[in-house]
Amino acid sequence: MLMINVFVSSVSTEQIKNLHMRFQQLCGNEKTLRKEHLENIPTLADNPIKTEIIKAFFDKRNQHNNELGSYEEIGFEEFLMVMSHFRPPSIKTSAEEKAAMRKRKVRFLFNMHDTDGDGKITLEEYRKVGIVEGLLSESESIGQEVARAIADAAMLEVASTNVPNMVREVTKITLALFLHFACPQILKDLEMESRMYVRFLDMNTANLRCGK
Amino acid sequence: MATRGRSSFCRSLPELELLLLVILVLLNGTVLSLEAASSSEIHTGEGNNTSKKPFPVIGIMYDDVSVPFEISLWVLLASLMKLGFHLIPRLSNVVPESCLLISVGLLVGGILKLARDEVPPVLSDRIFFLCLLPPIILDAGYFLPIRPFVENIGTILMFAVVGTLWNAFFVGGLIYGVCQLAQDKYSEINLGNIGILPCLLFGSIISAVDPVAVLAVFEEIHINELLHILVFGESLLNDAVTVVLYHLFEEFMESGLVSAVDAILGLVSFLIVALGGVLVGAFYGILAAFTSRFTSHTRVIEPLFVFLYSYMAYLSAEVFHLSGIMSLIACGAVMRPYVEANISHKSHTTIKYFLKMWSSVSETLIFIFLGVATVDGEHHWDWIFITATLILCLVARVIGVVGLTFVINNFRIVKLTTKDQFIIAYGGLRGAIAFSLGFLLHTDHKKIFLTAIITVIFFTVFVQGMTIKPLVELLAVKKKHEAKRSINEEIHTRFLDHLLTGIEDICGHYGHHHWKNKLNRFNKKYVKKILIAGDRCKEPQLIAFYHKLEMKHAIRMVESGGGSKLNSSFPSTVSMQNIQPKIQSPPSARPAERALPQLTKGREEEIRQILRTNLQRTRQRLQSYNRHTLVVDPDEEGFDDLILKKRRMMELDWKIKEMTNYLTVPHAQGSPTMSRTRMASDSQAYVKPGAKGVPSIQIDLASPQSPDSVRLLDEVGHDQGLTMSLPSSSSRAYKTGGKDDDRDHQKLLRCLSDPGPSADEDEDEPIPT
Repeated sequence: MLMINVFVSSVSTEQIKNLHMRFQQLCGNEKTLRKEHLENIPTLADNPIKTEIIKAFFDKRNQHNNELGSYEEIGFEEFLMVMSHFRPPSIKTSAEEKAAMRKRKVRFLFNMHDTDGDGKITLEEYRKVGIVEGLLSESESIGQEVARAIADAAMLEVASTNVPNMVREVTKITLALFLHFACPQILKDLEMESRMYVRFLDMNTANLRCGK
Repeated sequence: MATRGRSSFCRSLPELELLLLVILVLLNGTVLSLEAASSSEIHTGEGNNTSKKPFPVIGIMYDDVSVPFEISLWVLLASLMKLGFHLIPRLSNVVPESCLLISVGLLVGGILKLARDEVPPVLSDRIFFLCLLPPIILDAGYFLPIRPFVENIGTILMFAVVGTLWNAFFVGGLIYGVCQLAQDKYSEINLGNIGILPCLLFGSIISAVDPVAVLAVFEEIHINELLHILVFGESLLNDAVTVVLYHLFEEFMESGLVSAVDAILGLVSFLIVALGGVLVGAFYGILAAFTSRFTSHTRVIEPLFVFLYSYMAYLSAEVFHLSGIMSLIACGAVMRPYVEANISHKSHTTIKYFLKMWSSVSETLIFIFLGVATVDGEHHWDWIFITATLILCLVARVIGVVGLTFVINNFRIVKLTTKDQFIIAYGGLRGAIAFSLGFLLHTDHKKIFLTAIITVIFFTVFVQGMTIKPLVELLAVKKKHEAKRSINEEIHTRFLDHLLTGIEDICGHYGHHHWKNKLNRFNKKYVKKILIAGDRCKEPQLIAFYHKLEMKHAIRMVESGGGSKLNSSFPSTVSMQNIQPKIQSPPSARPAERALPQLTKGREEEIRQILRTNLQRTRQRLQSYNRHTLVVDPDEEGFDDLILKKRRMMELDWKIKEMTNYLTVPHAQGSPTMSRTRMASDSQAYVKPGAKGVPSIQIDLASPQSPDSVRLLDEVGHDQGLTMSLPSSSSRAYKTGGKDDDRDHQKLLRCLSDPGPSADEDEDEPIPT
């Protein structure tokens, strides 16, 4: 529970209470959260990467225990742990904390793409998750070949930023590469630690909507 | 001007300009006097109308054309000045253009005053507000980077509204205090007579940051996008505040007394002015978008709609005393995504060029006129008043910015550092809007106010404008990096959007991602269907973006004619299946035979990837928001562009050669086919179709084995040059095999020939959000 402590120290008990309430709301009568609970959220239904998001909650890799696989159901600690990936940096976070935060967030993203859990994102995975699902909502469609072309181009962009001897190997993206490209070379303005946050930490009970 | 022409190389041009200038001015003067003389002649002539006048071979009728003539002279002068400045290299680096232009204006004003003892009232408020200001604002609004603007809208509004109010009251109030204190010291004009209301009015005029000045100075210093959008956004949005305060105080001055009700009405009026302006603008924007849906048959007048609707929005807002600037911005920002999806590429270019041209000329004219009007105006220089104003303005700005940042930083994720605050405070330039508003004043103290306003303007533009660049360097403020809009960035932005929306949904918290998502979906579902013509509304934005990138790249590749060894590297989606480094095939193999690839899939992937890598490296699309750089348009016939491309091509050649040397199977070197291919020059490619024995790389643009190549180069008609058209729906089927090799050859030839005038096809111009 060390990680929880880290999280806890930067947020107030009020906010944890809110999240807990939300957790219970989602669970209904049960004690633990299962996939069906999340899938029942109506507003989430339109989200093109819904499955990936839901999977991310149950993914063991996001729990920082270096295990693979996924849970069947999660408790509040795991829920909180996943949520902690989305807290924003405050003005007090030092540069190294920011770097660590960025790494965590990028790792989270990486895990979302790497569906088979082998530590590398292949072209197929990137295409499927990043492009086909990630970009288009349900009313849009994308031809196979175009998706593949885009994935190709994207992968090559990654490759082109590196030293030429990496070029040959870019059929898969490793975590190192992903981290590397999350920093100023390709995703220039996307400072992950500042971009990837949710203001749920500011919410109060009045804002909580019933998810069912 | 003589001092400027130091470098002997350019000495001739400024002197020439001076000469031209003097000639023009004197011509003007002499023409007028001549006209007066000739008119008197005619009068005397009519007296004795018995004598027959000879047929006037040469006559001078200046009156009829005087107005357009003078206008053209001024515009010509402005443009020549602009030309001149950029020919003198060192000067334009040190001194910002606005300063130079004001100096020129001063000079011209001086000359005119000497020559004719009067200066034309050029900076009348009507000319300024109706003709000179709108193009600049429209240019700014149309090309406003929406995403940073909306992300920082809270901060911008705070600065614009609260900051301007603070400035106005602080300066107005304290200057009143100063006047009261100083009233005994001066006998010329009794400062104590200046009541509180005129002081407040004066404060409200002088407190507004001016968009023209900000644009002129900031775009030369290239600071990072955040600061740019903050200061610039503030300068745009504070127009509403200025308008309200100005009218408010004017009304109060007329009526003489202020009550609490009036104050509340003032607040209500502010909301009406701001929101009304935006609504009017949005309305006209939607009209423009809707009109552009039907212009597919009259492409030529498409730009006209954009300009006219925007101008109408501005004028309509001005009719109702709403904020014209905000209306113009809203109109431009609202109509842009839809209009750009509807209009042709050429219209888009036209709009871009015209807007830049007009805004550039307008800006130049404004600064020149500022100089001229300074010479002309009746001034009353009062040391105390003016120095007090200056100091108070600076102090007010600093305190305002620091105070507001302190409050705002609690709500921001990316906090504003001290350096940022300094730049924001320092970038609060005043400009011609303040001057024009001052011109409109009806108080007794107009003279002294005007002088003070001009002094503040000069100070901010000259001192702050000149020193901001070295200060930015000194403080090492983050500069704008040239953001190559990459595919990955696009993908990840969208992915993040979806992810964060999802997380918000799970939390049950309706945060701004949620609403943004809702807005987007509403947009996609309803609005786009109405406002965008044809089936283009269905094309997902990323696809459009990708196609656009690919196409620009393809056009560039083809235009530059291809390097000598670049036969193999065509637009990236060409399948490399049929490259023939085939060991087994005998050299005498019929080229018409489509050789099956002997490359393994992995190897082929590698080749493709490497080629694309190198191709992608040559893509340099500047997407940074800069007013005066027009992105290199692949359709332009820039000669030096061509040379640049050639150079890049040669680099590319070299790189590919390296790569292929590594990659190509070493034994292929023995194959004369391959070596001849590698040595093939351009001329070789212009081969008659069907010629045998010619080493040619058969590029099969689509083949069954490569289901993943997209046909981007579509042939339209057999006899035209290469025309590019995008597949309008993403599910266009690629042709499966069964193509003639003849057609392959033809395609090869066409790929290498010049594109020619492309048919005026519809093209997509997606706007990355």
